[in-house]
Amino acid sequence: MKDAVANQPANTPGETMQKDPVGGLLQVEHLRTVFRQGRREVKAVDGISFSVNPGETLAIVGESGSGKSMTAMSLLRLIPSPPGEIIDGDVFFGGRNLLDMSEDELRDVRGNEIAMIFQEPMTSLNPVLTVRQQLAEPMRVHRKVKEEDIEARCLDLLRQVRIPDPETRLDAYPHQFSGGMRQRVMIAMALACEPRLLIADEPTTALDVTVQAQILELLKDLTRQHGSSMILITHDLGVVARYADRINVMYAGRIVESGTAREIFEQPRHPYTLGLINSMPRLDASEKARLLPIEGQPPDLGNLPTGCAFHPRCPFAVDQCRQQDPPLEPYQGHHLKACWVNVDD
Amino acid sequence: MTTETAPAALTTRPPTTPPLRERLGDNKVLGFIGRLIVQRPMGAFGAAICIVLLLTGVFADVIAPEGYNAINPIDRLKPPSAEYWLGTDQLGRDLFTRIVHGAQLSVIVAFAATSLSIVISAVIGITSGYFGGRFDMASQRVVDGWMCFPDLIILIVAVSVLGPGTWQVILILGLLFGISGSRIVRSSVLSVKQNIYIHAAQSMGASTLRILVMHILPNVMAPIIVLFTTRLAAVILAESGLSFLGLGIPPPAPSWGGMLSLDGRSYMFQAPWLAIVPGVALTVAVFGINMFGDALRDMLDPRMKGVGSGRYVAAVRRDRPSSRQSTGGTAQ
Repeated sequence: MKDAVANQPANTPGETMQKDPVGGLLQVEHLRTVFRQGRREVKAVDGISFSVNPGETLAIVGESGSGKSMTAMSLLRLIPSPPGEIIDGDVFFGGRNLLDMSEDELRDVRGNEIAMIFQEPMTSLNPVLTVRQQLAEPMRVHRKVKEEDIEARCLDLLRQVRIPDPETRLDAYPHQFSGGMRQRVMIAMALACEPRLLIADEPTTALDVTVQAQILELLKDLTRQHGSSMILITHDLGVVARYADRINVMYAGRIVESGTAREIFEQPRHPYTLGLINSMPRLDASEKARLLPIEGQPPDLGNLPTGCAFHPRCPFAVDQCRQQDPPLEPYQGHHLKACWVNVDD
Repeated sequence: MTTETAPAALTTRPPTTPPLRERLGDNKVLGFIGRLIVQRPMGAFGAAICIVLLLTGVFADVIAPEGYNAINPIDRLKPPSAEYWLGTDQLGRDLFTRIVHGAQLSVIVAFAATSLSIVISAVIGITSGYFGGRFDMASQRVVDGWMCFPDLIILIVAVSVLGPGTWQVILILGLLFGISGSRIVRSSVLSVKQNIYIHAAQSMGASTLRILVMHILPNVMAPIIVLFTTRLAAVILAESGLSFLGLGIPPPAPSWGGMLSLDGRSYMFQAPWLAIVPGVALTVAVFGINMFGDALRDMLDPRMKGVGSGRYVAAVRRDRPSSRQSTGGTAQ
């Protein structure tokens, strides 16, 4: 059953071993995406840089509106334009700049080398097409898979995402699946061409808690099996702690702290990260301990405060924070933070 | 989850359990016909009229084998009798034969013009709605401009340029209804394109053409089908109107509108059947198609689900997460 898959290798060394000047699989530099509303310019992604190494899971966390999803969409140039526009930056993937590619070249990358999973499993499958048709679509678009092999490949994908009884489910319509099962189908579609990078945009937000864990385990297992990297976008720190290797914390379109999962959780160095961790319920806390919310509202991205965007909500803010924007600088090794203040626990 | 699809499935499902696909197939077609008869008896009646009209059109030469222009001067203006079921006209032509062949003409014009109009509506509506932006702006202003002119004026101008005739009528009516219908398609495309599966298809590397044909088009089929049925009746009426005015299909072709005008009006008092029969034929055909079209619209539109009990039912159904997809699935 495996051999149908093995016949269409996506990640054979010969095909993918392009020399990568920057080392990582994905290298994002100074990415800047804005949305224009009349005269107003909303900075959804405000000059961020990060990289993803092969086989690694990078989490991007932050509140709603912090630019997490927009970052992901910008990588594949899926920003609705107008009103959105990527105005600056480079996205190197396997040595090529995705932002310089023609629409045709980019189409070869989408779904083939970089695949995406969306937040809403209820609406991310086309209601009028069967699962078979939808699973086969990436293969029809990107691979010249013979028609007789497609069925075997679809069945294999459904088995990989652990959908029971795949033979009968293949011809079912999305409305006959539960949310968790639909998300499994989405994952199967994303993996159909064995991409090197999987972008999962809040893959479990719309699911029950019990199903969330299953889906995340599945994603982790499958990316490990295929040796793919993953960008996991979420606002759920619990998810991040368990499944991410490295974490980027985003606030108001910028990365405010970046480090390994251990560094971020054990030594958060940005007040915002600290606030996020403190506002997370913990079972091991004493019963009297209260959750500490971050006061205030996320800023209006069309009208950011001067200096550090977080300063109006920051308990540690000093004068410098109100005037100067802190750069993202190394704190220790690869642990980066964008804050003027030295926050200790 | 399959039990959710439709209550009708319970009655049509065979006792043994065949593969899911077959079961759904039964469920869709038979279940839909069953629901049509039970929930919308007038719609079913309309459907029956449509079928009769269609069969008459297709088998016109079998039903009335004599030519519709066979002249029999001795038997002119005969009232309905055993020999001439619906009487004869001023040239002694059998009215029954002419009505039957008129049905054929109506069916041909209606289907050809409506199909043309649907293709035009779909192409304009889908591209305009999907691409949005300046393209949408430009094409919608053209549509606006077109719709500013009263239909009749466009028709008269077009006929005077192209001349009367069957193909001219089909072309003009197709264009006329196609452009105004594009609005309906466009508005459904606007809502369909917001769905994440369209985004997902883009993220998967599907080409624009593929997205339009594989993802947008099947999801706007329900309004397109409804548009088709409602436009059928409108086209039949419009063709008759044109022929009545002498701008449509010229005599001696047996157009119902032409028969009403030329023979019917001139001999209304000597031979009233000449006006009554084509008038009734026209009315019944349009009535039947409209009834069927209305029922179809109600049943394909998930917001109009639930017989008569209106908004409450619709609201409840909308709140149930899977009901939208399930009704859409069973209806098509």
